[in-house]
Parts: sequence; C-alpha cells; structure tokens
Amino acid sequence: MSRLGRRALLANGALVVAFALSRGALAQDTDQPELPGGLAKSPLLDSWISVGADGQITVFTGKVELGQGLKTALIQIAAHELAVAPSEVDIVTADTARTPDEGVTAGSQSLQDSGTAILNAAANVRVLLAETAAWRFALAVDQIEMRDGAAYAPDGRTIGYGELVSGASLHVAAKPDVPRREGGARVIGEDLARIDIPAKVSGGEAFLQDMRLPGMLHARVVRGPSDGTRLKQANIEAVATMPGVLQVIRNGRFTAIVADDEWRAVKALYRLQAAGWERIGEPLPAKRMREAIRGLPAQPVPIFHYPGPPAPPEAHTLTARYSRPCLMHGSIGPSCAVALWEDDSVTVWTHSQGVHPLRTALAELLGLALERVRCVHVEGAGCYGHNGADDVAADAALAARAVPGQPVRLQWMREQEHGWEPLGSTMTVEMSGSLGLDGRIVAWQHEVWSNTHSTRPTTAGGLLAGAEVEPPFVPPRPLPIRLPEGGAARNSTPIYDLPNARGTLHFVEEMPVRVSALRSLGAQMNVFAIESFMDELAQAAAIDPVAFRLAHLRDERAREVVQIAAERFGWSARGRGTGFAFARYKNLASYCAVAMDVRIDRETGEIHMPRVVAAVDCGEAVSPDGIRNQIEGGIVQSLSWTMRESVTFDTTHRTSFDWSAYPILRFPAMPGRVEVHVIDRPKQPFLGPGEAAQGPAAAALANAVAHALGIRLRDMPLSPERIRAALRPTPAAPRQAAG
Amino acid sequence: MVRGTRLAGGIALATAASLLLAFAIAWHPEIEPTMPPSPSSFARKLVIEGEQLAKLGNCAGCHTAEPGRPLAGGRSLATPFGTIFAANITPDAETGIGTWSRAAFDRAMRRGIARNGKHLYPAFPYDHFTHASDGDVEALYAWLMTRPAIASRAPETRLDGVVAFRPLIAGWNLLFLGEGPLEPDPARSSDWNRGRALAEGLAHCGGCHTPRNRFGAEDRSRAYDGAMVEGWYAPPLNARSPAVRRWTADRLHLYLRTGLSPTHAAAAGPMGDVTRALAQARDEDVRAIAVYFASLMSQAPAARQDQHDAMDRQLVAQQAHPEAAVLFAGACAVCHEPGAPMMQQGRPPLAWGTPLQVDNAHDTVRIIMEGLASPAGPAGPAMPAFADILDDGQVGALAAYLRARFTDKPPWSDIGAAVAHARRGDGK
Amino acid sequence: MIALTVNGETHQVDVDPDTPLLYVLRNELALNGAKFGCGLGQCGACTVLLDGKPVYSCLVPVAALRTRKVRTLEGLASPDGTPGVLSIAFEAEQAAQCGYCIAGMIVRAQALLERNTRPTADEVRAHLAPNLCRCGTHMRILRAVHRAAEMMGGGVRAVAEREP
Ligand code: FES
Ligand code: FES
Repeated sequence: MSRLGRRALLANGALVVAFALSRGALAQDTDQPELPGGLAKSPLLDSWISVGADGQITVFTGKVELGQGLKTALIQIAAHELAVAPSEVDIVTADTARTPDEGVTAGSQSLQDSGTAILNAAANVRVLLAETAAWRFALAVDQIEMRDGAAYAPDGRTIGYGELVSGASLHVAAKPDVPRREGGARVIGEDLARIDIPAKVSGGEAFLQDMRLPGMLHARVVRGPSDGTRLKQANIEAVATMPGVLQVIRNGRFTAIVADDEWRAVKALYRLQAAGWERIGEPLPAKRMREAIRGLPAQPVPIFHYPGPPAPPEAHTLTARYSRPCLMHGSIGPSCAVALWEDDSVTVWTHSQGVHPLRTALAELLGLALERVRCVHVEGAGCYGHNGADDVAADAALAARAVPGQPVRLQWMREQEHGWEPLGSTMTVEMSGSLGLDGRIVAWQHEVWSNTHSTRPTTAGGLLAGAEVEPPFVPPRPLPIRLPEGGAARNSTPIYDLPNARGTLHFVEEMPVRVSALRSLGAQMNVFAIESFMDELAQAAAIDPVAFRLAHLRDERAREVVQIAAERFGWSARGRGTGFAFARYKNLASYCAVAMDVRIDRETGEIHMPRVVAAVDCGEAVSPDGIRNQIEGGIVQSLSWTMRESVTFDTTHRTSFDWSAYPILRFPAMPGRVEVHVIDRPKQPFLGPGEAAQGPAAAALANAVAHALGIRLRDMPLSPERIRAALRPTPAAPRQAAG
Repeated sequence: MVRGTRLAGGIALATAASLLLAFAIAWHPEIEPTMPPSPSSFARKLVIEGEQLAKLGNCAGCHTAEPGRPLAGGRSLATPFGTIFAANITPDAETGIGTWSRAAFDRAMRRGIARNGKHLYPAFPYDHFTHASDGDVEALYAWLMTRPAIASRAPETRLDGVVAFRPLIAGWNLLFLGEGPLEPDPARSSDWNRGRALAEGLAHCGGCHTPRNRFGAEDRSRAYDGAMVEGWYAPPLNARSPAVRRWTADRLHLYLRTGLSPTHAAAAGPMGDVTRALAQARDEDVRAIAVYFASLMSQAPAARQDQHDAMDRQLVAQQAHPEAAVLFAGACAVCHEPGAPMMQQGRPPLAWGTPLQVDNAHDTVRIIMEGLASPAGPAGPAMPAFADILDDGQVGALAAYLRARFTDKPPWSDIGAAVAHARRGDGK
Repeated sequence: MIALTVNGETHQVDVDPDTPLLYVLRNELALNGAKFGCGLGQCGACTVLLDGKPVYSCLVPVAALRTRKVRTLEGLASPDGTPGVLSIAFEAEQAAQCGYCIAGMIVRAQALLERNTRPTADEVRAHLAPNLCRCGTHMRILRAVHRAAEMMGGGVRAVAEREP
C-alpha cells in the first residue's frame, strides 16, 4: 500500500470509528447510565469542545461568568482532562448561536451541570484522539500517552491534537463511562489565576458596560420610581427637541429615549420624569410587608414528612417565629444591554443569567421568529440572581427596533435598578420542636410563608416591558419550585436526623411587590430559622450547640465539615458572643459550616465581628482559591443582608431607591478576619460553592448575637436599632417607612 | 470655633466687672471622692430613663472624641486662647467621674462646679442643665455610672491669659446663671410645658440657636434668634424663622426623629448629630419639644402662609450665573432637579430648605463642601462632599446661583468669606 | 470644545459642558476604568484622582476641571504598560469577584498609599468606606491594599483589634 493510500485508509478508519462510536453511543442510550451533567441534554461532543487544525482548543458552555470564576474553572477542567496547559484552552460562554442551551446559570449548579459535562466531554475527546493516534501509530490505545496537546508513542513518535482531529469527528455523542485521566500533570485542584481578572484590575474591556460598537447610540428607559407605578403624561414634544435626542419611543406605557450621547439621554430622562408618577392598582399594604404577606391567602404545600412516634408527654416543646424582610440584589453596576436591529433580526448583548430563555421571551415580545433573535452573554457586574438584566435586554431591543442598523446601549440608572429589580421575597418561618429527657429532638415542625422565588422570564409577560407595551403580555402565574431544590422551601428540609418531623410551605401566590430569585432563594431564611432554632433547643437541653448538632447528624461529610469548622475556630475554648451554624445547600450540594464571634456595643447596637471561620466541602475542589473567594464573598454578603438590609415601602411604592435609602455593609463594618477551610474530595462530583454560605453565615451571626446578649433576635435584619430595642424595653424610633 | 471664641472673649471681658465679686463667691469646697457605685445598684428603669435623657442632651456628641470611645472625653473645642477639652464622663475612678457622688454630679450639672471645687467652663451648658429636675439628674447619673468605665485621660484644658483663671467664672455665673427648674405655664398644655423644660434644660437648644452677648452668655432677650456655632448658622426658631413651609408639631417631630423633613430639608452639620441622637430618645419627649418649638414659630411667616409651590427661578439664575448653572446641571441636578430620583421620592426641593433663606451663606457653603453624613449607618439622607470636586470660586458661584434660583431674596454678600472659612476647615 | 488633562495627556472633547467627567472618560476617551455605579456619589465605582485626591467622577462637570489633572486607573500603569503596583497586588491576591467595583477601589487606595505607605488597618478601612462592593470581596481587597503597601516599601500597621 502506498503511503498515501495508507494515510487515507487510516483517516477513513478514524472516521469509521468515530461514526461507530456515535452510533454505538446512541444505540445504547437506553441501557447505558444517563449521561452526566449538561451532556444529558446536549450529548454531542462538539457542542462542548472544538479542536482546531492548529490544535487550538475551545470550550463551549451555556453557563455564564458572573464573577464566580466559572470560565477559569471550566478551562481548568477541560485542560486537565485533555492533558494540555490551561493557556491552550479558550472558552465561549452562553451565546444562543454558539453554545448549548444550559438554561439559567443559577443555583450554584454551573460546575455540577456544565463542569461535569465538560469533564466528561473532554475525557471523551481525549480518548477519541488517543484512539485515532493508536490507529496512526498502529499501536494499542493503552500504549499512547496524551500530554501537552499531543499523542506520544513509546518510541518517541508524536502527533499534535490539531492533526489528530482532522481524522476524528467530534460530532458524536459522549459515552457515559469514559474514564478520567490518570497520572500526569494536575490542573484540577490547582489555584489557577482567574483569566478575567487582569482586565478588571487594569481598565480593560471587561464588562458589557464597557462595550463600544461603531456608531453606537445611547438610550434610557423612562419609568416611575418603582414597580407598581407609572409615569404621568409627560411632555414628549419638549423632550424630543432637546439637543441630541433622536427618538422618544412610546409603545403603550413603554417609554424610552434614544440619543447621540449618553448624558444627553440622561438629561432627557429626568426631564420626562419631572411629569410625576402615580401608582397602578391597589395601594401597598400599609403595615410591614412581612406581616402583609403572612396575611394573604396561601396555598399549603407539604414539604417533607419524616414519620416517628409522637412526642412523649414529658417532652419539652419550644416554638419560635423568624422572619426576614424583602432584600435587594443591589448589583453595583446597574443592568445594561446593547442591541442591534438589522434585517428584521436582533442581536442583544446581555448579562442575563439565561440567554436561551431570554431569547424565547424576546422573540415573543418583538413578534420575531426564534432564529431572528440572538442573545450573547457578556459579563456584567455581579447579579446574585434575577435582577434587571433580562428586563434591560428587552428595553434595549425595543429601543434598537426604532433605529435599525445602529447599535444601541441602554443602561438603567441606579434608582431604576433599586426601584424595579425583582426583590428577594420576605419570608416568615414558624418552628416548633420537642426535646426528650435525653436531650434529643423527638418532634419537629417547620412552616414557611413566602411569595415565589422565581419569576425568571421565559415569556414576554415575564419582562417589565412586556407588561408596558400595547397590547400588554400577561405575566405568568407564579408557581412553587419543585423539591428537592425548592424555592421558598429550599433548605427547609432539615439535614438532621429527626423523627416525627413535618414541613409545610404556605405558598402565597399574590405578590404585592415584584419578587424573584435572589442568591440561595429561600435557603438563607430557612437555614437562619433551623439553625437558630437548633441553638434554642440546644440551650434548652443545656448541651453545647456543636455537640447538639453532631448528636443529630449522621451524614459523614456533614459531620466532618462541622468538626473542622469548630476545630479551626477553637470552639472548645470559645468565649462569650460566639455562634455556629451549618447547612448542606439544598440538602444535595455543598456543605458549609460557619463559626464566628461578635462583640456588641450595647450603646450603639453595632455588631463587631473579630473573626469568621468557615469550612466547606464542595466535592472535588477544582480551584481551592476560587472556592475560598466565593465563600468569603457569600459570607460577607449574607452578613450585610442579615445585619443591615431591608427594602422599605410606603403605600404607593418602594422607597429604597438608592444606597442611602438601602444601605449595605461598608468597609469599617467588615469582620476582622474571614478564614475559609476547603475540604477537597477528589473524584466526588463537583458541587458549586456560590450559595452555600448564605444560610450558615446568617444563622451563625444570629447565634453569636444571642450568645453575646442573652437575648434571641429572630427578625432580620439584626440592625443596631433592633439590638438597641432588644436591650431596652421601650420602642425604638419609628423610621419613615418600615420593611 | 466661633462659639469658643466668643466664650473665651466673653470671659475675658467679664474679668474687670466681676473681679472682686468673683473672689468672694468663687470658692467651693471639694466634695469627698466616693467609691464608684456598683452598676447593679441602679434600677434598670432609671438607667433607661437616663439614657433617653442623655440622647436628648446628646452628651456623647461633645464628650466623645473622633475617633474615640463613647463618653471618654477628649473632644476639643478650639479657641484663640487655647483649647477646651471635653471631660471623660465614664465612671472610671482615675480619669472619669467614677468617684463623683450623686451630690457632686448634681452640683456640676446644675451649678457648673466640678467635684474638686473648680469651676467648669460654660462650654459645658450647665446654664441649661440647671433647669433639669432632680429626677432627671438622678436618672442621668444612673446612666453614666452604668456605662463601661474607660481609662482615658482627656488632655487638660489650658486657656491662655486671664481666662485661664477659673474663679472668674463665678462672676459669669452670677450674671448669667439662672438656677433652678422653670415654673410651668398653667395656660399651656402639659406637652408644651414638658417640651419647654426639655428644650431649655437638658436639650439645651438655645446653646446653638440663641445668639450670645459680649460675655459669651446666651442673650435671653433674643432667645432663638439664630446664631453662628462652630462655623454653622443655627437658624432662628421663633417668629423670625425663615422657613418656607410651616413648621407644625408633626413635621418637627418627624424631622427631629429622622433628620429629614419632606417639607423642609435634611438636617446638616451639628444638627445632623442632634437628630441622630434624638432618634434614640423617648418619642414623647421629642414630640413635646416639637410642640414647644412649633408654638415659638407660630408667628413666623410660614405659619401664616404655608407656601406649597417651590420657588424656581431657573432662567433668572442662569442669566445671572451662567457658569454656575452648568456646574449645577452636572453636579447637583441628578439629585435636586425636578424629575431626579430623589425628587421622585418626595424629598424636599432646595427652595424649602432654610440654608438658602437665611441672610448668610455659611450653611449652604458648608453643605456643598462637606455634604451630609455618608450612608454608612441606618437609612437616611446622604449627600457627597464637593470640597475636592469644586474649587473655591466654583463653590461660591454655585452658592450664589442657588440663592438666585430658589429664593427671591437679595444675593449674599459674605460668600467669599464663608468659603474661605469652610476651606480652613477648623471652624476658626 | 472643552479641554481636559487625563493621565498626562490633553484632550479636546465636543460635549455639553455640564457632562459629568465619568461619561467623558468612558464615551469620549474610551477609558473603561471608571464605572457607572450610581451616578449619585454613593458607591465610588467611578472614582478618579483629581489633583491627587479621590473624587466621584460622576459628579464632576467636565467644565469644572479647567487645568486640574485627572488620573484614572489606566493612568496608574507605567508608560511601558506595566500595571500599577495596586493592580499587580489585586491580581496577586485574586481580589475580585465580579470586579465591577475594583477599579474604583484601586484608585481610591492609590490616593491613600501616595500619601502614606504605612497606614493602620483601620485607616485603610476608613479610607475605603466611600466605595461599595456587593460581591463581598472586601477581605481580599484589604489584603491587596496591604500587599501593595508592602510592595511600595511600607506596610499596613497592625493595630489592636477595634474595640466596641
Ligand atoms: S458612580 Fe460615582 S459614586 Fe457611584
Ligand atoms: S467584586 Fe463585585 S462588586 Fe466588588
């Protein structure tokens, strides 16, 4: 056989193998274990990984970078399995034209979904390339060594991935049982410097907000001060003739300004807003929102029921009610989008967490076929859930439609973000628990009242503009999120070993204010309640809170996290004002325990936090430093929620319109130190750390405050005003509006 | 500080007049030191009562250094004759008032004589506290003695020249200290009487709002006529009140409790500290003070006519101050122009604030340069400082523009001096 | 046309004279460092140095600048493109989550360290108080500033823990 012929045959052979593999995989779909992570939905390898003829590797993910270090972590995973340096790997994140549909980036699931998919896809690709090399070298595949982007034969022959891939199609379905790479250089588990950081610390083009397209115009949307309001009839003509104003778009209630200059658009916006505003519909409940929600009709949904013998008569029963106000995402960068309308198609650059669902909703809003809408994710400021990102994408698309051929950038103002973003729902939890004489819990009940925790748009009615245009789209009916993840019920199921336990969600369908997913959904509140209550029970039983938890905890990984946090904190030698809390996020993801100490200025009610210690187990640790970063951030953010934050209302609107009306923690109030101990679990599934700390940090704070004061505070925020009020029997000052 | 200067100057002037007399009355015995009382010896109710009164008087405002620990003293009041340092009033035996008996404390509060027999400078407003009731003094004592004792020696006050001679203060006291509680006015409501007792007494409102005479004492004939204090102008609280909107008891109450009146303005400067303290005082007490001052202002122009329409002479102002109009549009409009978010939220227009209405530019200039407290604490009004953003000429021009746009009053003549004064930043 | 000096270079820009400096930096000069966070002087995302002092560029009408000198995050790098000391320290500490606040943090910290490379830990916290971070990156930001102070030949002095 001529050399040429042999090469052709080999190439053909590789193709045949590839084809066979794909057919095999597909044929065996039914009797093989399900493909892991996002592969289950998008099984083709080339949806996830491409290898160019020059050996350049590109990873595709339908998930998005939110400042959680996702891109770097996915590159690490792919580089590790493909046995290449991370610097050789590029990544493309959510783009409806290029990446798999992975729904929404939320729930700390990106590594579970996309990470697992890419891990397995990369392993599949590595094996495919190794098999191709084996053909070429005429060797058995186990003699081939894959490293540094090439296949090596024992005799020193080598072929680069770029060349190998020309002989192997990646347009095949993944096989579920491809082994992980053994030996060789480790990439997973290393602290790889994040690829997005250099631009962020040097003024590079790091954010959607920094995008500048040629000929780009600037737009602003015009609304009342908060959801539930509308602008009064404004003097459009006066504004339309302002310098630089190109268009004042009106469609039903939807109003936007397009100008040649951003500041000119802002000036026009304020001119229009001077017309004043009015409330749409019913006045808001004048009493505090959390009580108002509690008073609305609720649909009871059973959450869990662990049978057991009824509590004996001598059991000591405790009850307690906990609550939190509405909370804000409060992204530091207001939501922004860039849109370009061309040839009856629209491209929207967005920092939405779900480009595919957004695309569907936009197509409906704009009356376009799906394929005429493209949504490309570009990083924005941290969002922590469903904020204004999707709404502003719709605003920008509507503005762009008015000026076809010209890109339009539309950013919300600070007060629009504060006023219109969907809030995290206020919640109330009632706990009841009984202690046996031996200090064990013999009965447990958890009841939670809340609005929904997700109104993420999947239809035009879920977008702000959808309700404003003429004719308006109907917002979808809110539904409770199914367990085990759950929305309001998230983490209401105790991880402890409890007999005779029951949980009920009182799902309040009517939403007086706009709410949706906020980082960790109901978990922050449920863990706050459960872990506060565990301390109350431990105190009643006169047992150390950590020992009390361990006595009710069987899950070995959970026990270890609790023990490590306690040990690193020095719990056994603890002083006054210390608190501990633990949870496994969603009861199926990361384990996180937090211990902290507080000192309280009884005069001012200020809480000082000298030290916070956390232990976390999120399965195999892809980047330990990335995990620490996320957990530190989660702790600090949750402390801000728990100590300081509360959205305020009057009967007409949301009054928390800026950072003075909705303060968050600033540097002087930060803990003295935050330490995070990462427990690595090699080969265990990846579990995202992003939301694991919200609940434990909140509850550890409450427990430390109770330990310091001897008084239990059950209503968030544990603000200086509340602490002062608790220390003094007379009521504190009434603020102008209450949460 | 203006107040310090006047005080010290006043004391110096009083010298000649009262020298002889002073010697005769200046001597007071030391009161024996006692063991610091145990905190548990005070009833909890009394301590809480004392705390609420302490908030009315904003004790911590003067007796806490910045940065410093609460009530441990050391805060300075600069005067040309030297610096007056506030005392440590925590119950530390060595450096605070731990060894002061009830009687010693009472004498200091109501007569201005320290435990060791020395005269206190009237920067400590015992000329007001003398109106406090026995019960109030007892409660304050209970509160102070149950605070954490902090060992911190406040620097010694050493005034220069003749004012360093403390016995002279006896003469001042003789002239200006009207000892004892106020007689209730039976024709007035009990709220009003309570409000007056508090305002004239522990809350010592006149300390800032009443002008002082040559001797540094409040001029009772011009009570609440408005006065300069620490480089701020405390506006009139009587019939001379320049407020545009009527000060009702309800509006005052809200303002004093929250530092913000939707019909007037946000509290700035020293009044900001006062309202933050009042937020923690007893609500009925603050209400009573509001009732009292609403009555004092019942003859003010705004009380006769509550002007709903905010003055806005934008064109006139722009023609007079075109450059400042640009500064306003770029720096101020995002909050203060109609249609700006703050205005959508029902915050008061600039035309309703007192600073632009009074006949000096001090408050306006200082607010522009220093802003209001940054939003680090509870939710409340905030404004950034412009001292590093605008130069002196620009601050002045902006002040003139604001006066022209939001009032119909004649232009200020003291803007340059007010800016220079604020820029020096030390209150001198 | 309005003239302004940014990072040592003089520019002529054709904008309304009341335009806040932030918009000019971003849209006319294509500088990304200063960010729009609130436009109200409450968050510090837009911080730049004006004659060496940290200011909110969202509140500086460009006409107010006259001859005063503006420095932005980009201007902290040396002319050969080496990032400034603080940028290097932030990268080394991986002091960012979303990173939207970081440019403002670096610029404000620069003002402190130019004045004093040996601040106390509390001084650093007080100095950074005007700047908000929503991701909770504060602890890392503090570490990065401490590291930068050391790189500049100083260091952050440890002080006794803050007492209530
Ligand atoms: S954008 Fe300037 S301070 Fe927030
Ligand atoms: S890192 Fe996201 S706001 Fe600071």
